[in-house]
Amino acid sequence: MSAHADNHAHDDHGHHHKETFVTKYIFSQDHKMIAKQYLITGTIMGVIGVLMSMMFRMQIAWPEEPNVLFEALLGKWAPDGVMDADIYLALVTIHGTIMVFFVLTAGLSGTFSNLLIPLQIGARDMASGFLNMVSYWLFFVSSVIMVISLFVEAGPAAAGWTIYPPLSALPMAQGGSGMGMTLWLVSMAIFIASSLLGSLNYIVTVINLRTKGMSMTRLPLTIWAFFVTAIIGVVSFPVLLSAALLLIMDRSFGTSFFLSDIFIQGEVLHYQGGSPVLFEHLFWFLGHPEVYIVILPAMGLVSEIMASNSRKPIFGYRAMIASILAIAFLSTIVWGHHMFISGMNPFLGSVFTFTTLLIAIPSAVKAFNWITTLWKGNLQLNPAMLFSIGFVSTFITGGLTGIILGDSALDINVHDTYFVVAHFHLVMGISALYGMFAGIYHWYPRMFGRMLNKNLGYIHFWVTAVCAYGVFFPMHFIGMAGLPRRYYTNSNFPLFDDLANVNVIITIFALVGGVVQIVYLYNFFGSIFYGKKSVQNPWKSTTLEWTAPVEHMHGNWPGEIPHVHRWAYDYSKPGHDVDFVPQNIPLKDGEEELQH
Amino acid sequence: MSTAVAEGKTWGGGNQPLKASYGKMMMWFFIVSDALTFSGFLAAYGFSRFKFIDAWPIADEVFTHFPFLHGVDAPMYYVAFMTFVLIMSSVTMVLAVDAGHHMNKSKVTFYMFLTIIGGLIFVGSQAWEWNTFIKGDYGAVQTKGGNILQFGHYVEKDGEQVFKRVAVKDFAVATAHKDRTQHERKNGLWFVNEGTLPSYTMDEVIHGLQANKDILVRTQIINEDGEKTVLSRGESLDQIMKNGRLVVEGANLHVNEYGSPLFADFFFFITGFHGFHVFSGVVINIIIFFNVVLGTYERRGSYEMVEKVGLYWHFVDLVWVFVFTFFYLV
Repeated sequence: MSAHADNHAHDDHGHHHKETFVTKYIFSQDHKMIAKQYLITGTIMGVIGVLMSMMFRMQIAWPEEPNVLFEALLGKWAPDGVMDADIYLALVTIHGTIMVFFVLTAGLSGTFSNLLIPLQIGARDMASGFLNMVSYWLFFVSSVIMVISLFVEAGPAAAGWTIYPPLSALPMAQGGSGMGMTLWLVSMAIFIASSLLGSLNYIVTVINLRTKGMSMTRLPLTIWAFFVTAIIGVVSFPVLLSAALLLIMDRSFGTSFFLSDIFIQGEVLHYQGGSPVLFEHLFWFLGHPEVYIVILPAMGLVSEIMASNSRKPIFGYRAMIASILAIAFLSTIVWGHHMFISGMNPFLGSVFTFTTLLIAIPSAVKAFNWITTLWKGNLQLNPAMLFSIGFVSTFITGGLTGIILGDSALDINVHDTYFVVAHFHLVMGISALYGMFAGIYHWYPRMFGRMLNKNLGYIHFWVTAVCAYGVFFPMHFIGMAGLPRRYYTNSNFPLFDDLANVNVIITIFALVGGVVQIVYLYNFFGSIFYGKKSVQNPWKSTTLEWTAPVEHMHGNWPGEIPHVHRWAYDYSKPGHDVDFVPQNIPLKDGEEELQH
Repeated sequence: MSTAVAEGKTWGGGNQPLKASYGKMMMWFFIVSDALTFSGFLAAYGFSRFKFIDAWPIADEVFTHFPFLHGVDAPMYYVAFMTFVLIMSSVTMVLAVDAGHHMNKSKVTFYMFLTIIGGLIFVGSQAWEWNTFIKGDYGAVQTKGGNILQFGHYVEKDGEQVFKRVAVKDFAVATAHKDRTQHERKNGLWFVNEGTLPSYTMDEVIHGLQANKDILVRTQIINEDGEKTVLSRGESLDQIMKNGRLVVEGANLHVNEYGSPLFADFFFFITGFHGFHVFSGVVINIIIFFNVVLGTYERRGSYEMVEKVGLYWHFVDLVWVFVFTFFYLV
């Protein structure tokens, strides 16, 4: 069969090919290079997204005050340095889109799935290097289109990252609904194609290309997380594609899927029969699983880093896998909790409340397992570990408010306030970002063969951690007080005058937290060239990627791929001289594999 | 290998747990993904249809045409033919895959060819189906509220009064549009084509209706017997004169003479999206066909590519079964 031919192709990876600059650094089919491409593209998009958030935070804190930065960065959108209301909405929209999709989906999952799946399961490369390359370049093109949309004359998309119609469906609805929205949709359609190709590759690689001995119950939890994330992606992104295609039909071809009975400037439009709530259903059928697409890879990374840096086996390995699977399943039946105030039947609301609250169970299993992994561990508090602990902290904080928001009776009161903003930023934004930082600090030596500066890492973590809570903790209170999200200014509502100072404090934390990322960027890019050279296994980890040579090579291992004889978490195992036993070390005479 | 016994229980590496190559498995997962795209569309269709459950067009009254049989009421015959062709092309695809397993190049070639022909007939039939639907049938009047009013009269059939549809052109006389400036390039009116304008004005329809005493108006609303409600003569005139806004002929993305415009929107979009899949499938099949003819797979020693496109082709068939069910049958 053709599998024979494919195996042959994989054997070829062992040899060194003569590579040009283009095939090595640009159109590379090597998973390690593609991972770095994803990471750097994601980082650039992240910088743009964070800059935007700093700008709109300044507008919230000092509404309609002239600002040199606005004048410099926004040009005509900030006449005399005062931010225009339309561009405020656009900034919020693009910030959300970039952070959710481009940084925390592609940047996080794309980077670490690509880097770790072949290395940790013991494969020469991804199943299809070519599709992998296409996947990255589609992502790149979609990023470029998204950035280009910022420079459209009438402004970028401004309907919120959830692009509810009619704002997104009628080109004349607002400035950003025209060309800006079109580019947004084109960009996302390409992004979905990229995500699909990437996910297909991750799934079949994990299923088909594991090395000898690497059964599913010996996989590191990172791989389980990436695997399940890819499955969620394959299942939920196509539904967003359906919604986007129907939306494009409404925008450009006059159909009425999401539109009905609309007047613009006294003129009645021909649309009839459609329903914007239909769009909300389709969108959130993706939208909710999407937050797990964002958070599961971070969970996997954190599990791995915590076990390694506690020098203890991960607590409850099988429970961790079961909870990943449970979260993945539940994520597809809870989307209605985003729509409690859309006129939903209260009974249906209670069903969605029930399924939503069920997610607390596997989430709590994971949180307790992380804490018990730390318990009495020999903690190595390096920056990666700190970010992992920070992840657990923010995940719990954000998760607790999730219980409030998942309950329809409570949610209705705080819907669309800063309470919601605080919740999802902590539970998926900051948490996933911490997971990503933890992963970068931990696997940087594996990616670039050099170490990141530890002290800069400590500065980065502690300032970021204080600022993240400084930003999002007070938001709970102003949300409870009723401050609505997405408002350009609140100065017209005397009711909120008391909250103005809180907003100033939040903004100051946001600015400091944003600026301190320069330390990280300096560390990241500087260390590529000047970092301390890494040894082969700097963290004394058990997983297979640390058995490969520091210097990258096609096919990952010279000679034969290592075989696996034990699970991924043999830390501090009694009867061994060292406190870690890599997976490729055979069991000693009489040694039993840990029951896990 | 001394450890073979111990490790035989675990993963052996290199083999395929699901007995499928990575390419085949990618095709399966792609199909899962694509199936969910279609599910999104069909769920949206269901959502919208239930919103208008008491006024949705009755498929048996919409798809009544058969090529070369003018004026013959043949509901579902044509789509049954299309479906049959598509399913037969799936059968020939199975035979091609099977012949591939036996490394029988000439049979693979033959059955792939039949599959391609089947796909082309299906896509061509769909074009005809669209064309008929766009051209329309009897014509109708759209009200200010966006509802559709159709025309007909009762005729005696086997001793029973049966409502029979009457086309607008059978009772209305077009006079007005001859008087106004024609929408032609030479008159400077190039932006709306004359052919896309309604052939009749509301006044002409009202005059025609008043002149033909037996013609009644039928609304979209479905009554207890599962039939559309027919108004009395007085109500008919009243409705048309008070609420009539526009004469509608045929269906497009804006209006639909058979009822809710959403019916046409979804019909065009979903069958179009499916037709696009069939078309892509035909193109891929043609590429594979040439590879078979050129002996690429013979040399490779495996016809797995035929199997992979076969998976896609069966999937496209399966989707059609659902589309067919939801648009034509229920």
